[in-house]
Amino acid sequence: MRALLLRDLKLAFRAGGGFGLGIAFFLIVVILVPFSVGPESGLLTKIAPGILWLGALLACLLSLDRILALDWEDGTLDLVATSPLPLEAVVSVKALAHWLTTGVPLVVAAPLFGVLLNLPPQGYIWLVTSLALGTPALSVIGTFGAALTVGIKRGGLLLSLLILPLYVPTLIFGAELARRGAEGQAVTTPLLMLAGITFGVIALLPFASAAVLRVNLR
Amino acid sequence: MTLRVKDVSVARGGVTVLEGLSFEVTPGKGLILKGPNGVGKTTLLRTVAGLQPPFKGTVEAPEESIAYAAHSDGLKAMLTVEENLRFWAEVFGKSDISAAIEGFDLVELQGRLAGSLSAGQKRRLGLARLLVTGRPIWILDEPTVSLDTASVALFAKAVERHLASGGSALLATHIDLGLSVDVLDVGPFRATAREGAIAGYDEAFL
Amino acid sequence: MGSIWEYANPVKFSQTVSRFLAPVAIVAGACLVIGLIWGFFFTPDDFRQGSTVKIIYLHVPSALMAINAWFMMLITSLIWLVRRHHVSALAAKAAAPIGMVMTVIALLTGAIWGQPMWGTWWAWDPRLTSFLILFLFYLGYIALWEAIDDPDTAADLTSVLCIVGSVFAVLSRYAVNFWNQGLHQGASFARVEAVTGADTTEKVSNVFFYPLLMCIAGFVLLFVALVLLRTRTEIHKRRTRALLARERLA
Repeated sequence: MRALLLRDLKLAFRAGGGFGLGIAFFLIVVILVPFSVGPESGLLTKIAPGILWLGALLACLLSLDRILALDWEDGTLDLVATSPLPLEAVVSVKALAHWLTTGVPLVVAAPLFGVLLNLPPQGYIWLVTSLALGTPALSVIGTFGAALTVGIKRGGLLLSLLILPLYVPTLIFGAELARRGAEGQAVTTPLLMLAGITFGVIALLPFASAAVLRVNLR
Repeated sequence: MTLRVKDVSVARGGVTVLEGLSFEVTPGKGLILKGPNGVGKTTLLRTVAGLQPPFKGTVEAPEESIAYAAHSDGLKAMLTVEENLRFWAEVFGKSDISAAIEGFDLVELQGRLAGSLSAGQKRRLGLARLLVTGRPIWILDEPTVSLDTASVALFAKAVERHLASGGSALLATHIDLGLSVDVLDVGPFRATAREGAIAGYDEAFL
Repeated sequence: MGSIWEYANPVKFSQTVSRFLAPVAIVAGACLVIGLIWGFFFTPDDFRQGSTVKIIYLHVPSALMAINAWFMMLITSLIWLVRRHHVSALAAKAAAPIGMVMTVIALLTGAIWGQPMWGTWWAWDPRLTSFLILFLFYLGYIALWEAIDDPDTAADLTSVLCIVGSVFAVLSRYAVNFWNQGLHQGASFARVEAVTGADTTEKVSNVFFYPLLMCIAGFVLLFVALVLLRTRTEIHKRRTRALLARERLA
């Protein structure tokens, strides 16, 4: 498992784009928002947590189809499936690698982009907390979608269609946590709900992902 | 460490392609499957390797004993030859890759990125992967594709050594490797429409 | 009386459907005609909402069936995964578009009703939002069926998606409830709660209740008839496929 994780990280570094592309996309979304809603700082402050969450979510979505598709095309998945690694572990490691290469950079970059959207000072800590807690769920759910669509040619669009509804609860609680934090309201409920969703999907969804991957390898 | 295939039928896309196949591969022995293109050799090998369930019959093999090599080698273009092999060695819980590198004449290529290798060199690397798995039963699907004569000889020697050390191999191939192993022509087992026992998973709808 | 699983045989199922389809469809049609005419023309106007209230005869049954169709798909998906009965998987496939249309009807009638009642076609009320999300789930489920060639693979993958989707649909429902609370608590929305969904039946008086019950029965039977018909069509499609495959082999 360690070998698989290290290999995936190494590939993400060498192939380029793994780190950079998601962040660049996130940055562009954040830059485009003021152009579309106007430069008024009060409005930007109000919508900043939501926009940052949406931007992070879309940036995450961008690289989902690569989680398994590359290993599918070159036959690695067939070979891994006949190896001692259980597929549940494989999909979990894949999700972890995706989070490390996509989620973590987004979490780190989000406060910088918060400045662009005039996020109030007390909001930064909760923005980072909510993203750090929520992006693992995005990666794990995304891996499920990638496993579902891995055998489908040009499955990228379908993947988005399948995954976005599944992202609704995470987005609601994550953005709500960031918003309440920014407005100085009580954050306990969304914090607990977001943590519950994240740990729940990490514990359970890999079984579903491995099951559909097994079907696709048949 | 015997591989037993009993009265197996395999289906592809809801249609049975081969039926009533039985054979055994005991330690130290090899078996070559022959048959025209599209007859279902790949489907059969995938079934034996455990990637898909047989439509009928049973495949018996000891747990964790099968190393499978498909048409594609599962190589990463952005990793070096050595890194590719080391990855698979770690996945299978082994650490020594020198035998594999020497066995397939990859010493000089060790530091090269797999993406920069020629098709034949990639194939050699893919086959070298079998040696690092340490598994006794090899299942090989057209292993000699894009290999030159020297490499084919290299491969045949590797299979011979594997068999001599108590391993076994099940191969689908068209060329003569010069191995002293049994040959099974799967052509006669091609599924036909007789007796209505055919259309695989769609049988219930007939 | 044999076991219920006998009907899992496609041929047996088709024969049974052929026998029951017409009666079910006729009763469904009768219930709908009687219920709707009764509801539209022979009930008084509501003292506050006027004649607009009569849209409940379409709105409530369709909303009910939108959810029940998904529930039926969940059960048939589980049956497919556990017992591998093809008819079960095909019934789930057959029900999805019907459920989606029911969702659309519920959303549209809701919007038409909402316009005169609270002055807007759309509001991000928890119930409305949940139905919109349900619509997306139907869309994804149907798209996945369409995208996969091998029918058994498609059945497996969509079944797992249906189960995972159900869990997330429930999660979304709670999330949306929580989210909307935080955004607006306008008094007008309390009335939305009163006129949409399950608790309607308690609030409306018997005069409205009996024709509504009739319409609900009509929608349920209509759904059953459509599912039976579409499942039989799917079975015939698979049979054609199997026969063609046999022909190629011969």
